[in-house]
Parts: sequence; C-alpha cells; structure tokens
Amino acid sequence: MMNKLIFGRYIPGKSVIHHMDPRAKLLLSFYFIGIIFIANNWQTYVALFVFTLLAIKLSGVKWSFFINGVKPLIWLILFTVILQVLFSGSGGHVYFKWGIITISQLGLVNGIYIFCRFVLIIFMSTLLTLTTPPLELSDAIEYILMPLKVVHFPVYEVALMLSIALRFVPTLMDETEKIMNAQRARGVDFGEGNIFQQMRAIVPLLIPLFVSSFNRAEDLATAMEARGYQGGEGRSKFRILKWQARDSWATVSFVALTIILVVLRA
Amino acid sequence: MAIDFKQVDFTYQPGTPFETKALTDINLTIPDGSYTALIGHTGSGKSTLLQHLNALLKPTSGTVTIGERVITPATSNKDLKSLRQQVGIVFQFPENQLFEETVVKDIAFGPQNFGVSETEALETAEKMLTLVGLDKSLLDRSPFDLSGGQMRRVAIAGVLAMQPKILVLDEPTAGLDPQGRLDMMEMFARLRREQGLTVVLVTHQMDDVANYADHVIVMDQGRVVKTGTPQEIFKDPQWLVEHQLGLPKTTAFAQQLMAKGLQFNPIPLTEDQLAAALVAQLPATVFGGAESHDE
Amino acid sequence: MSQIIDVAHLNYRYPQQSADDLTLKDISFSVADGEWVAIVGHNGSGKSTLAKNINGLLAPVSGTVTVDGQVLSEKTVWDIRKKIGMVFQNPDNQFVGATVEDDVAFSLENQGVPRDEMLTRVHDALVQVNMAEFATREPARLSGGQKQRVALAGMIAARPRILILDEATSMLDPQGRYEVLQTIQQMKINSDLTVLSITHDIDEAASANRVLVVNDGRLVEEGQPADIFKHGPALIKMGLDMPYAERLKAALKRQGVKVPADYLTEKGMADWLWQLISNK
Repeated sequence: MMNKLIFGRYIPGKSVIHHMDPRAKLLLSFYFIGIIFIANNWQTYVALFVFTLLAIKLSGVKWSFFINGVKPLIWLILFTVILQVLFSGSGGHVYFKWGIITISQLGLVNGIYIFCRFVLIIFMSTLLTLTTPPLELSDAIEYILMPLKVVHFPVYEVALMLSIALRFVPTLMDETEKIMNAQRARGVDFGEGNIFQQMRAIVPLLIPLFVSSFNRAEDLATAMEARGYQGGEGRSKFRILKWQARDSWATVSFVALTIILVVLRA
Repeated sequence: MAIDFKQVDFTYQPGTPFETKALTDINLTIPDGSYTALIGHTGSGKSTLLQHLNALLKPTSGTVTIGERVITPATSNKDLKSLRQQVGIVFQFPENQLFEETVVKDIAFGPQNFGVSETEALETAEKMLTLVGLDKSLLDRSPFDLSGGQMRRVAIAGVLAMQPKILVLDEPTAGLDPQGRLDMMEMFARLRREQGLTVVLVTHQMDDVANYADHVIVMDQGRVVKTGTPQEIFKDPQWLVEHQLGLPKTTAFAQQLMAKGLQFNPIPLTEDQLAAALVAQLPATVFGGAESHDE
Repeated sequence: MSQIIDVAHLNYRYPQQSADDLTLKDISFSVADGEWVAIVGHNGSGKSTLAKNINGLLAPVSGTVTVDGQVLSEKTVWDIRKKIGMVFQNPDNQFVGATVEDDVAFSLENQGVPRDEMLTRVHDALVQVNMAEFATREPARLSGGQKQRVALAGMIAARPRILILDEATSMLDPQGRYEVLQTIQQMKINSDLTVLSITHDIDEAASANRVLVVNDGRLVEEGQPADIFKHGPALIKMGLDMPYAERLKAALKRQGVKVPADYLTEKGMADWLWQLISNK
C-alpha cells in the first residue's frame, strides 16, 4: 500500500532548476564532473564549491538531503582519501615514514582535494536526481542516444523499455510487500537467521514475484499490441522536451565557471 | 480466540517527509467464535488494520491483544510465530503467493515453518485439499497448471493447514465468477461450522455481510465509526451513504417498497427475510405452490 | 442497421491443446453497428478467448472474422485494431504510460498522430472521463477505477468504432465499478460506438441490447437481457449474477408464492408486489 522508497528520490518543486530541460541538466552534470579535474589549488576548489552551493540554494531543496547523499558513500570516500594520503609519496614536509607508507604535506593536501572532488560530484548528481523526475531523465537519455540510430541502435525501443520499467517500479514494490506479508503470515522470517536460512526465505518471495512479473509482462504486451504498437518506426511523440532561455543561461554559467577555473588554476 | 484493540494508532514512516497516519484511536473487539465483517470504502484503513491482526504491523501507540498475547509498540519482532500460526490471513488474490513445485508441498509449507514435521505436514495438506473442495488427484500437480479458482483454493488450503483459530479473509471472492463466489462463501460458512473458527471478513459486498456476518465493524478515514450487528448497521441508509457504503440489495429493495407505503419491522437484510415478511402481507390468492415457469 | 462485426464458424485452439480439443467451437454471431452486446459465461468458458479472436490477438484454427467490411487477416489486422479499442481486466497491467496523459496518448503515438492534434484529443478524452485534473499523475497514485477510466480515455482519444470490454470492471470495488459503467454509458451516448462487453456483472449485462451466453466454448444462447434474465437461478451457472428481482422471486417461490414467469425489473417487481398488497 505504501511505497517505503521513493524511486530516484525526486523531490517535487517549482525552482528554476526543477524547470530546466532534463537534457541540459544531464549534460551539464557530466560536464561538471569533467571540469572538476581542472581544479588544482584551493582557489579553484572554493570556486567550485561556491558554484555548487549556489545551485543547491537555487533548487530550494533542503541541505539535509545532500548530506544524506554523501553518508552511504562515506567509507568508500575515506578509504580512497586514506590511500591517497598514505601512498602519495613525499612532497613538501614529510610528517611520517614507514616502509612505503609516507604521510607528507603533499599527501595530505591531495587527500583533501580528493575528498572535495567526491563531495562535489555527489552534490551535483544528487541535485540532478532530486530535481528531475526519473521519466524526464529517461527522455533526456533518449535524446542523447539519438545519434546512435545511425548504427541501427533501437533508441525508441530502449527508451520505451526504460519508461515502462520506471512506471512499474512502484507496482512491483507494492507486489513485493504484499507477497512478503502473505509469506510472513505463513511463518516465513525474512532477514533472520544465518545466510543459508535467509537465502531459503527468499525463494517463496522470488518465485511468486517472477511469476507475477511474467504475467504482467504478457498482459502488457497484449494490451500494447491491441492498442496498435508495432515498434518504434512511424510513431509520433507525445512527450517533447523544450530548450529554453534558462537552459542557455545555465550553460553560459558553466562556461564562465570553466574560464574562472582556468584563470585561478595554479 | 478473541482480538482486542485499545487506543491503537498507526503511522506509516513516522518522522520522515512521507509520514502518513493510517489508524487513529481504534478500539474494537472481535469476539471469539464470531463472524465479523470489516467494511469501509477503499483507503479507509481496513488493510492496515488487518495487518495488525497477526502482528505483521505493530501499533505506533496503544495495544492489540490477540488471545493471550499483548502486542505493544515495544513488542519484539521475534517470537511472533505462534501468533501467526493462530491467526491465518488469506490476503487478496492469495493465488499470488503460491511458489512450490507441487500443490501438496505448497499447502504443507506453512505448517513446516511452525515446526510440524514434513510427513505430518504432508498428511495435513492432503486433508486440507479435500476440505477446500479440490480433488486429491491435484496433489502432485504444479500449482501453476491449475485454473485461477483452483489456485485460490490451494492458497486457502495453505492457510488452513496451519490450523489457525482465527481465519481472516481479505476480499476472498474478488475476480471470481458468480458461481465461484457463491461456492467460496459457502465453503467459509461450512469451515466455520465444522472447525469452530472465528472468521474476519474484509469485503465490499454488503450482501455477503447480510448473509453471513453476525458482527460488523465500519471504518472510515482510519477510524472505527460504528460497530454492531448487521441489523444495527444497515438500519440507517443515509448514514451508510455518507460513509460511501452501500446497502444489501434486499434492504435497498425494501426501501423502494417502503416508499410506496409498505411497512417492515425490522428492515429485512436478505431475500429470505424479505420474502417471509411479504408472505405475511400478500393476499391468499397468490399462494398455490408450483406454477407455470419455464424451468 | 449494418453489421459491424461478423463471426462465422470460428474454431480456436491454444497451441498447447491437442487436435480434438477446442477452446472455441463453431461460433457464429454478428453485431450491428451501434449495438451493445454482452457476452457472458463462467470463468474458463472461452469468452475472453473469443474477444481476442475479434481483433486478431489470437488467430483462429478455422472460420472468419469480419470487422467493418474487412476480413481479419495478417494484412488487415493493424487496420482492424485501429477500429477496435479493448479494455482488459487488470487495471495495472494495461497502463503503458508513465503518467495518465502519456497513457492516453499511447494509441495516438502508435498511429503517428501529429503532436498538436494529440494534445487536444488527449485533453478532451480526459475531460470526458472526468480525469483531466489527474493528467500528470503517475499510475501508482490512482485507484483501480481511475486507472480503468484512463484506459477508457485512451479509447476515446483513439476514436475506435468498437469497444471491447474484457471483464473491465471485475477487479474494481463497487464505487469504481459504478464510475466505469457510467463512463461507458456516457461514451455510448456521445458517439455511435459499438460495445462488446464480456462480463459477470448484472448491471453491465442489463445495459446491453443483447446477451450472448458462452458455455464450454460454444454459443449456447442469445437474446435480449429480459429473455436471458428470466432463467432465474440458472443464470449463476451461466456465469452471470442473478438480477435482484429474480433472487426475490426465487425466495418467494420457496415460500409457496405464485410469481410471474416473465422477467421483471426491480421497479416492475416492486409495482407488482405493491399492487397485490394494496388491492388486498
């Protein structure tokens, strides 16, 4: 009945960022990841942070969502940072040395930069998913993949598959919950006991879920055929994306950021 | 075995932006041996309440007493098994829970989870199959080869095999044809008589409430808005409409007759009650037993 | 009136069935343009299979299906599907679009309708089924009845000549069932649609001009609803609910009352009883 998890964690809103063309958002997010690597001193990182925080502010989404975006990855980040610190070799003042392990000034600074990169990338991609409904993202992906039509890649079909998959996520989560409840009522304990017992408990969940998914797929295929679906060719499109002034301005701001980074770069 | 709710509140995902209150201040009793109908329009909180009957959900505040066991917000998720064995729930479209290779194994799945030996569980399974009106020749078939109606009966047998004291039925006739619906409801009435079960029926079919239930709980917006006998619930049609509920067909028809000037006291709920009430008022000329009828 | 559907000597068998075992056996009937025909039968009688043979979702072993003058074949199947809208039983499993308006537009996209025209047709269709305010909602947040009304809006937008309802109300609660039936009746008034509804629901069958009874793959009876409904308790075996008046008649008969053999509507039954009692 209730969906515990909101897919893609899209937070509805009316900000400029929410209203941007998803293609612009997707492409600029990738672009941002690229230009992060231009940064190599504290001035450039400050510029990147100021830019990112401004974007977050514009979106009107609560800060806590972004902090929560970093949390699950914190161990991976710290692990990478520590490796960087310990194995950066010597540069500047050396604080500690033991075998191949060295803690130097250079290592520490590199560690901090890596940490900043991670945080920036997570913030920006979180901003993308929080302000863009999954369906719009799939539309954007369709447009971006369009050039692949030249090599006969089935872009329309893949896009339709993606949108149907997204549409069925809540349905299947609902179904999972219902089946889990039914099996719990028959005495199954999910998530209890040793690994072997947990694996066994999952069978009465997975089989009904597969069976019902296949039934749904068959029904859906029949319904699509009855409604005249014959593959991607010759179809017109109901959903279209519109590139607007705000998307151009966003692009300009990213270019400006790039110039600033290049100027401030050591 | 009785079930008792005292000041039960339930909230989904408390403390998150998606927090939703589903049940508010629920106080109710499902008496031992009763046939209780739980009614209310879609979204009134019936499904959430139902999951409290065997502690699939625990109250956010208040207590649920199931037989001897008291479930509070602090109750541990462990050791709920014996409870789930005593309260069997047949969910909506229960055929979706079948998963074993054979019918007999699927029916025996529940009891084995509650510590019954395999041989004993298989024996019980065989008995249950007959109890739900299916032929023994189906025992070794794959449940996925059966018809929809047969699959549903197998799933119900799987719940009965746990030998519960309370049987909870969530819209058990949804999607069946009229004959299937009739057979299914008669089967539950028979099971109740033969096995001495307490039955809880969640339904939209007011005729089933009128025909089978002896106790009714009405829900609206997460609250219990009325409890009583079917007679007490259905005597106020205006009130039912306000809560987006219908009347049994007989009661609605009796209202048409009352609008013309006929009197009924009490208002009839089933066609046999109405027929009996009419017989007292009809002229003697219409009696004559068998008459020409094309059957 | 001209015939819009003509089915002649249709035999059908599923691939896994043996040669002498048929799901549909020598079925013949026709439906007039603008008619509403209900097909009834218990689960497994073959009525859904019959519906799927009419728009070529299944291909018969022998026999012909003619829709609006075109004989159904591999060549004509896509033309014929354009003329037939079909609403299925499970509201979730036929919802293709990620939002309400996307789903309504799906058939139009398949037909290559230009976008500007799509926008107006989708909007108009949603207004007709009273779902316009839900245009951008996702299906997960709709009730079963609302999903079925969206499916109907999809049909309205695509403007078929024939609407086939394959137990479209059987998974809905009474409220949803009522709304969907109302919508269909309204659609029937707004356009000269032909409706073929496969159902167990007595209200749906009562809305029809004609009822066909299918049993064990054969067409065993056809007639006006009143003719079929007077079978009383035997209706249940035919896969149809008993009309209330028939249920009461059966109960009165058990009490020894002589009841009229003809089918009475609920109002007719009430009038009959009132007359007897008031003239006593």
